[in-house]
Amino acid sequence: MKLVFEKSRPGRRAGRIPRPDGLSSPSVPEDLRRERPARLPEIPEIELVRHFTKLTTRNFGIDTGFYPLGSCTMKYNPRVNERVAALPGFRDLHPHQDEDGAQGALELMHELQEILAEVTGLDAVSLQPAAGSQGELTGLMLMRAYFADRGELEQRRTIVVADTAHGTNPASVTMAGYELQKVATDPRGNIDLDDLRSKVDERTAGLMLTNPSTLGLFDEHIEQVSKIFHDVGALLYYDGANLNAVCGISRPGDMGFDIVHINLHKTFSQPHGGGGPGGGPIAVRERLEPYLPVPAVVRDGNRFRLDYDRPKSIGKVRAFTGPFGVFVRSYAFILAWGRELRGMSEDAVLNANYLLAKLKEAYDLPFDRLCMHEFVLSARNLKKAHGISALDVAKRLMDFDFHPPTVYFPLIVPEALMIEPTETETKETLDAFADAMLEIAREAGEDPEVVKGAPHDRPVGRLDEVKAAKRAIVRYRFEDHPDLSAEPATSAQVEAPKGA
Amino acid sequence: MTYTTLTDGDREAMLETIGVSSIEELFRDIPAGVRLDRPLELGDPLTEQEILERLEELAARNVHAGEELSFVGAGVYDHYVPAVVDYILQRGEFLTAYTPYQPEMSQGVLQAIFEYQTVICELTGMDVSNASGYDGTTVAADACYIAKHATGRSKIVLAETVNPQVRQVVRTYAPGFGMEVVDVPHREGVTDPEEFRAATEGAACAIFQQPNFFGCLEPAPELAAAANDAEALAVAHVDPMSLGVLEAPGNYGCAIAIGEGQGAGNPLSFGGPHYGFIAAREEFTRRMPGRIVGETTDVEGRRGYVLTLQTREQHIRREKATSNITTNQTLLALGGLIYLCWLGPEGLREVGETCMALAEHAKEQLDLPLLFPEQTTFKEFGVRVGRQAQEAIRQARTQGVNPGYPLGRDYPGMDDAILVAVTERRTPDDIERLVEALAG
Repeated sequence: MKLVFEKSRPGRRAGRIPRPDGLSSPSVPEDLRRERPARLPEIPEIELVRHFTKLTTRNFGIDTGFYPLGSCTMKYNPRVNERVAALPGFRDLHPHQDEDGAQGALELMHELQEILAEVTGLDAVSLQPAAGSQGELTGLMLMRAYFADRGELEQRRTIVVADTAHGTNPASVTMAGYELQKVATDPRGNIDLDDLRSKVDERTAGLMLTNPSTLGLFDEHIEQVSKIFHDVGALLYYDGANLNAVCGISRPGDMGFDIVHINLHKTFSQPHGGGGPGGGPIAVRERLEPYLPVPAVVRDGNRFRLDYDRPKSIGKVRAFTGPFGVFVRSYAFILAWGRELRGMSEDAVLNANYLLAKLKEAYDLPFDRLCMHEFVLSARNLKKAHGISALDVAKRLMDFDFHPPTVYFPLIVPEALMIEPTETETKETLDAFADAMLEIAREAGEDPEVVKGAPHDRPVGRLDEVKAAKRAIVRYRFEDHPDLSAEPATSAQVEAPKGA
Repeated sequence: MTYTTLTDGDREAMLETIGVSSIEELFRDIPAGVRLDRPLELGDPLTEQEILERLEELAARNVHAGEELSFVGAGVYDHYVPAVVDYILQRGEFLTAYTPYQPEMSQGVLQAIFEYQTVICELTGMDVSNASGYDGTTVAADACYIAKHATGRSKIVLAETVNPQVRQVVRTYAPGFGMEVVDVPHREGVTDPEEFRAATEGAACAIFQQPNFFGCLEPAPELAAAANDAEALAVAHVDPMSLGVLEAPGNYGCAIAIGEGQGAGNPLSFGGPHYGFIAAREEFTRRMPGRIVGETTDVEGRRGYVLTLQTREQHIRREKATSNITTNQTLLALGGLIYLCWLGPEGLREVGETCMALAEHAKEQLDLPLLFPEQTTFKEFGVRVGRQAQEAIRQARTQGVNPGYPLGRDYPGMDDAILVAVTERRTPDDIERLVEALAG
């Protein structure tokens, strides 16, 4: 399909700007004036609409079909949430509006803070972080500020991270100026307590943990884990990527965590938009509240205001008070559930266990336990017997019109297939997906070439990722644009994490 | 319970398949001591109709830009967003997709991101752009992280005329990066190149904003040259809506261009979600944060797009990654792409010229001293109202006009100054009303 730039013709245009009469032309000093215009496409509106409509037909979302991408919680995004986010009182509200002209927005945020505090079992919430990974980084900054205040910043240098963790955890550790200490997983899929004890001491600042883990398993020793850290004066950070499993069932605060981030684009149904936006609010225990980002949204009687007077605050991690449009959608989603929110997690866990039960005979199950909201299978049996990899299984699922699960993650499971159905799928959908997975396992033995050649009916076949990285063509180059089809293929695909 | 799909019969059959007797049993691995033994203290579940009513009630207690005549900017602007943007972004294939990890299922969004990257590179005069950053503040921190690793230095030079929120975010991130921040004060609303030059000695990067927070045009080529002479990375924070009129940072020697994309294609939305952009010269390609889409071919030689250069990223490189970013602002960035395609090169120039001409007209009509009368401005300018700015704003708002942003909030000695933003959505008649409202 052509790029929008390849459809451009000089002199065409879509939008026009009102140009008031009688205004003098502005003069820009010559050395600051744009010399050559940006080569934006020149295209009439109908062609613009057709171009992007055509692109949407080459894309797959939850609205298109089942999307069991593990650790991404691809649940239905209710349309009413889009309607309310587009109300002019929200959409057209300037963030520098006076507080008295933004009382509704501030009340919504304050109420969302209180809801998230209740769900996480913690005391104070900042909605500011833009996404989960920024929530992580913010949490680590809070640890720095907390220990600096106690004169322990130099002493406490390490953050402990499980070997099953999302890559964001170690990356955040480095960006926050800490040293990474990895801890192993035991044969039941819990943190290895002996390994943990050997790595936690008075040099430890804290732990970052996802619970249930990226294996979809609840850590059975979470109380001991929490005690090990608190005994040495360290803090516990909860990566809320998997919060969809435990809402109303078990709260991170009750598990012993001191700081939690919540992925509004996972558990609370903000649409993921092909990569974003998200929202990564953080909830903390009372003793960490003074360090939260400014401004805080606070209530004085019936009035809401922004409080900048927080001398111990770490500062700001993004502009204003956070991604407000995301808050509107997630708030609306939570209102639908209300105090029955537990039912959401119950059905998410039920759906996952049902799929697991149907699939565990055909695929390897590295940890044979009941799962939470997701589970991890391994295609190593198919790889060994028939040369069919997790990637092959993923690609073949596309022929059945399913989005593949997360693959090659978590890293400790070879040929990992990480499956998260969410609570919004019907039993029929789960059955159809299970049938497809079982059919592919059968094909692996009987007709492996059809699996290796998948997908068969997508706009493109398997793409040459090595060529992409080597040539690094990351923008259109107009008349100098190379023709990559004329260059030899490497036919190589990287077996690296896709998803999570 | 609106969004469940299972019937009681389904649940029973599924529990049987699993081999457990109750939903409760599914949670048996959770130690008793950490289970919640009461219902969550939340409200009654609401139906769709009730949700709408509740949200309408909250929305009605905000005064939005359609209800009063607004000249408020200061980083977020009331530019027109055409209908095509809303239409395309509401299509579920884009709206409800995840990050495009599986390219065969995601050519639509991958190609759109590639086009977005191209548009950002064209606007800024750069070679590489990522798929977006969180907003115009965090991309400044990203630029510092690139600069730290590219130069091995730790000093960040930050012009005082950069948006105060950008400066606050850089200060929040810097300690974790092991970096320190040096401010360069403004002189009559702009940065003095000689002072900038002195500060950039031994710096990793030097950040300025064009047009700056006061709306004034900085001597940008001279600032970039000062940074380049010190072998610090010159980083320009630019307004995309100015780049049909003002020169692109890549064309006057900057290493990195960053900015807030909101004005180009996103609604105000009380400050987010919006998109930040970051683009750089080719030599920094492998130091860029976040997602980047690249072109390639499939097994049959057909052109296609994939997430590429992923060995920079957290899911592969983990603690050695160039950033921790995963979720970004793709949908908002696509809004930017569609908007900029809608405008085209002529439209982008025209919107810039119109904003600038209207702002000049407002300066002439207002019978008030300008904050920095010597400077050329783009679509924003400061005026002194001769009393507390907050008070003048409050009074003007009683007449249905919100005249702007009180600069005293961020800059000492400016308690009587208001930053007035004029976009193409304002008219000469609107400006007349502004003049009246500020006259008291």
